[in-house]
Amino acid sequence: MMRRLIAEHILPRLGNRLLNSLNDSAILEPTNKRTAFTTDAFVVQPLEFPGGDIGRLAICGTVNDLAVMGAIPTALSLALVVEEGLPMQVLDRILDSVAETAAAANVVVATGDTKVIERRNGDGLIITTAGVGEIRDGLNFGHHRVEESDVVIVSGRIAEHGLAVLSVRNGLSFETQIVSDVAPLNHLVAEILDSGADVKFMRDPTRGGLAGVLADAADDSGLSIEVHEDSIPLSSAARRTAEIFGLDPLTVANEGKLVAICSAQDADRVLSACRAHPLGRHAALIGQFVDEQPSLVELVTEAGGRRVIQRPYGEELPRIC
Amino acid sequence: MKSDETRELTRTLYHVCESLAPMSFMEVCGTHTVSFHRTGVKSLLPDNVRLISGPGCPVCVSSQGYIDAACAIAEFPATTICTYGDMLRVPGRNGSLQEKRAAGADVRVVYSPIDAVRLAEDHPEKTVIFIAVGFETTVGGHAAAVLEAHQRGLDNFCLLASQKLVVPAMMALLDAGEVHIDGFLCPGHVSVIIGPKAFVPVVRTHRKPCVIAGFEPEQMLRGMIQLVRQVAQRRPQIENIYPAAVKPDGNPTALRIISDVFEPADSVWRAMGTIPMSGLTLRRKYQRFDALYRFDIEIGPDYDPPGCRCGQVLQGKVEPRDCPLFGNECTPTEPIGPCMVGSEGSCAAAYKYGRDGTRRVCVSDDGG
Repeated sequence: MMRRLIAEHILPRLGNRLLNSLNDSAILEPTNKRTAFTTDAFVVQPLEFPGGDIGRLAICGTVNDLAVMGAIPTALSLALVVEEGLPMQVLDRILDSVAETAAAANVVVATGDTKVIERRNGDGLIITTAGVGEIRDGLNFGHHRVEESDVVIVSGRIAEHGLAVLSVRNGLSFETQIVSDVAPLNHLVAEILDSGADVKFMRDPTRGGLAGVLADAADDSGLSIEVHEDSIPLSSAARRTAEIFGLDPLTVANEGKLVAICSAQDADRVLSACRAHPLGRHAALIGQFVDEQPSLVELVTEAGGRRVIQRPYGEELPRIC
Repeated sequence: MKSDETRELTRTLYHVCESLAPMSFMEVCGTHTVSFHRTGVKSLLPDNVRLISGPGCPVCVSSQGYIDAACAIAEFPATTICTYGDMLRVPGRNGSLQEKRAAGADVRVVYSPIDAVRLAEDHPEKTVIFIAVGFETTVGGHAAAVLEAHQRGLDNFCLLASQKLVVPAMMALLDAGEVHIDGFLCPGHVSVIIGPKAFVPVVRTHRKPCVIAGFEPEQMLRGMIQLVRQVAQRRPQIENIYPAAVKPDGNPTALRIISDVFEPADSVWRAMGTIPMSGLTLRRKYQRFDALYRFDIEIGPDYDPPGCRCGQVLQGKVEPRDCPLFGNECTPTEPIGPCMVGSEGSCAAAYKYGRDGTRRVCVSDDGG
């Protein structure tokens, strides 16, 4: 049964020179670059949601974790834990999506595994991925490089993945449906780095949202960040939906956005590179590092007031990615 | 531009406050508490205007004895507790509902009391208890759920009721006279139901300005401006600056349903004790939907967790940062008092949005 699953459903979609050998390991050629290596597990419900599915999410999650470290993703692993009773059509659609996303990200699934488990909670499918990538030459990322007056750029409208998943999970339907932003960011990252801008730090604001990334940046740099609410890209549909759920959009997960930190002089280069790419059309400069103690993230609100942006507390966050 | 409007209103507020003695206004609604913080409007207030958070968070004002009763019922066999998420984590003497759930009790989070009625219909083998806390805004939903259960002939649905009425609490605070209050920013949502006239006793007996406002920055700023003007002119009255939502007679349909199902009763508020006619109880004909009656239990005495100052916080006597536990032993992830649990609690809002909550909590992972 497993052989049939691999031969008839997986290889026709994901097959490549490394995977087709069906050996116990894929053999990667040596390289003279530093290697980035990452892994992630995906348990999203529902498996298919507006704008994506667990397969696309798995590929993007791993590609993006590599990309924001300045690595060019080269090979992924993909382990499927399939619960008995998952309709084969659903699995096929998800595998199609894996193939399409991997092709778009220009990365191969070099090795994989499949397990079928007895029916349990009805999760249907759990995916684990790992990935390796070659780190580009000349990069020096780290919060230690961040200085006063450096700026924070976000590559587009926030909160769309988390809100899309929550909306469909809670049976909410809106005139303007929110679609997950799940997308591979490696090409956008390449455009940004090729622009010549000296990017000091990048991160994809997934679980914990923009607030989590900003709080980390303030903590690790020892500086404060002043963020302007009216410059944060947020669609009106996302704003309304977040209100309905009582969520702060700043804390909601993204799966196709990045946050970049660079000097104020390099901001235009990063912004132009982003805006020239389909995934970065709505990129915006949202804040600036200031030397104020204690170090925290402060939001200048649309009303002109000020309040602190806290790192979201784990328990407030539904599991959506 | 919206921000231009708020800027203009902020200027007006500073202008009307000029050369006036310090004033203290209470916002009675937890949604206002959070909105003032979240929108940053709190930071815009002039130095001589102090905003005090009142007893407006339904989770916070529920007595500790009530939490204990909910936890006790959760341990009865064949019961399902349905609650809003916030109540889950309020610690009682013997743990929280969340801990009862971890120990095997059937405790579920629902978004509406009607969900609990449906659950009761689908599971006749269980008794479904809805944890009914809230002010006039939510009581209509509780009443509708009882009527629905009554019409469907369900005898396995009931409420553990601890609903509260806003105006008696405002009167109790003023009667006690321990907190200086120059006027009230009255809750928009509650006023949609009860209407502006409900605040007449506050103005007539205590001559305190009452301004009903919505929750957008412009509404809150306008509300503060009108309160200051009333103080300056010494002409306390009820002003409704939220007429789009709040009608002169409130919502008569909701009021009728509420009064069909419930009648006013004395109620115990956390730390404030029993306030006469400040709560609701099921009318006799619906008594079988009363969890206390059905399980034959009583709400035990109220008490504060050791060291916790929630009782004083929710009466505006102290600020969250004045509590020695705030941000130290008591945080949103490990709350001791309810004001740190409820999403509308003063401590939770001060921790999340204020500079006082500088002790940061770590998110469990950064997974994508």
